[in-house]
Amino acid sequence: MTEKKKSNELQSYWSGNRELRRRWAKLRRNKAALFGGVLILIYLFTALFGPILYPGNPSAPNLIRSLETPSRQHPLGTDELGRSILGRIVHGSRVSLLIAIGVVSLGLLLGVPLGLVSGYYGGKVDFGIQRITDTMLAFPGFLLALALVAVLGVGLKNTVISVGISMVPIYIRLVRGCVLSVREQVYVEAARALGTRDVAILMRHILPNVMVPITVQTSLGMGTAILFAAGLGFLGVGVQPPTPEWGAMLGSGRAYLFHAPHVATFPGIAIFLAVLGFNLSGDGLREALDPRFKL
Amino acid sequence: MVAGKFSAGYGTDGGNSLALLEVHNLRKDFPVRKGLFSGTRGSIRAVDGVDFELREGETLGLVGESGCGKTTVARCLLRLIEPTEGEVLFEGEDLLKMDREALRKVRARFQIIFQDPYSSLNPRMNVGEIIAEPLRNHTRSSRGEIRDRVCFLMEKVGLHPEQARRYPHEFSGGQRQRIGIARALALNPRVIICDEPVSALDVSIQAQVINLLVQLQEEMGLSYLFIAHDLSVVEHISNRVAVMYLGRIVELATDQELYRNPQHPYTQALLSAVPVPDPEVQQRRIVLQGDVPSPLNPPSGCGFHTRCPERIDLCTNEVPAFRDLGNGHWAACHLR
Repeated sequence: MTEKKKSNELQSYWSGNRELRRRWAKLRRNKAALFGGVLILIYLFTALFGPILYPGNPSAPNLIRSLETPSRQHPLGTDELGRSILGRIVHGSRVSLLIAIGVVSLGLLLGVPLGLVSGYYGGKVDFGIQRITDTMLAFPGFLLALALVAVLGVGLKNTVISVGISMVPIYIRLVRGCVLSVREQVYVEAARALGTRDVAILMRHILPNVMVPITVQTSLGMGTAILFAAGLGFLGVGVQPPTPEWGAMLGSGRAYLFHAPHVATFPGIAIFLAVLGFNLSGDGLREALDPRFKL
Repeated sequence: MVAGKFSAGYGTDGGNSLALLEVHNLRKDFPVRKGLFSGTRGSIRAVDGVDFELREGETLGLVGESGCGKTTVARCLLRLIEPTEGEVLFEGEDLLKMDREALRKVRARFQIIFQDPYSSLNPRMNVGEIIAEPLRNHTRSSRGEIRDRVCFLMEKVGLHPEQARRYPHEFSGGQRQRIGIARALALNPRVIICDEPVSALDVSIQAQVINLLVQLQEEMGLSYLFIAHDLSVVEHISNRVAVMYLGRIVELATDQELYRNPQHPYTQALLSAVPVPDPEVQQRRIVLQGDVPSPLNPPSGCGFHTRCPERIDLCTNEVPAFRDLGNGHWAACHLR
């Protein structure tokens, strides 16, 4: 029994986990990344268990209690319609997480294959994809999302689509750049010499070797997605009321900034902390995973 | 040119074994671009009309100094880079005329071992996956069959099958090269191009890998095109040797003939540089003057005339023909 356990340990020690373990150790030593990770955990916990933590409809108005300052019953006060701000932030975290996941999935789903194809095949395909990417990157990202909303219309689904598409060129560029260097590796040439089909080369040899920058960009992209979605909500063209959405809460609180500042402040802090979490851990991941930062 | 049965038989000693691989007038130009918007400035002629053939069960050594086009020849043969022109006949079929799928299938029987055992293995795949890759590409074997075959191959090249789960970075250079060899052997190829398979290894390991290659050749009836810049390594393993200089083969003969009776001045200079482990022997070292000319602007006539100690006027004007000097000894020199 102990013999078997020992050999298992030896097995995992030798099967490449050592490298992973060192990276993990490096990530843990990074205090900023750790703090970011804690923020993400809190955020995920809030989003997943929000309705249990704070039951009831966060959108039901109670006009008698509008614009109350923080109290025991409403720890973060109430907004102009007398709804608990804490409750709306808790429920709003679900909305923003949904958007962030949707946006990043869309970005990955479109950006990664296009980047792979563009970088691997080169030539006319690459030229075509890159000119489209150039055009999209010429617009500031948020402006592009805003323009897409103007075309598609408001709402949760269209927010995801427009912010997601505005992030696609970032992924295309990133993946293409990495593919260009991996493509020239001798093991890719070896795979071709072994009669491996292009699709298999892309999936077996190239994609696994560009996963690190994709992972980092995914973490950073979650933060950006939350920020962009909140921006659209703030302008009133994102997720529509009465759905609790952080950006929209910030936008509606703006009117009472002087005599009830808590209405805008607390959703702002929520956005800030969520984005900060993803950015810090994204930077930490980059440092831990990038082979150029030697251990 | 009609190939196959009518071919001249460069540098063979009258043997009548069949040519597995025939190369005719292989050329590769690399365009050199000037800037972003201008066209090509010229081209580097890396391989300039190479002819040879590889017979069943033999080892043909291909030697020459760095940059003479040895590796480019290897990559052109497998179409890892596209040759500019020429013919590469493998088992009588021209690889350069094949479509992608036909070429992919041929590659099962025509393999390559790379120079650098560090970069030629995917760091994210374990050894079992690396060796199984050709099997997954070309056969419909079940998982169990593939596993058995991988174990068999690992044992064959002197690795322990228990190491199949390990990753390349956990192996030494010599072991990695064995992994590369096992991968090349997976589908029972007939021809293997060895592109300087030992030059990245320690001398003590070189002998082990060379001996493994010799042993595998005897067991499996392989034919090798063995590329190297180390003449003693080539002498040990080859039946015939071709010497390349500036994109051309300048001399081709059986290894004994070439080492005892070199004809081309370049080969003579090259061989005079090989150290002889005998203090009694007085060596006459031929030291060549100058550098290898740039392939961007190759010299007129014979490519070697700028450095040749025996140069005559004809050499600067006319490219010497690659002629049979008798006894299967071929050379490209006006003076022979």
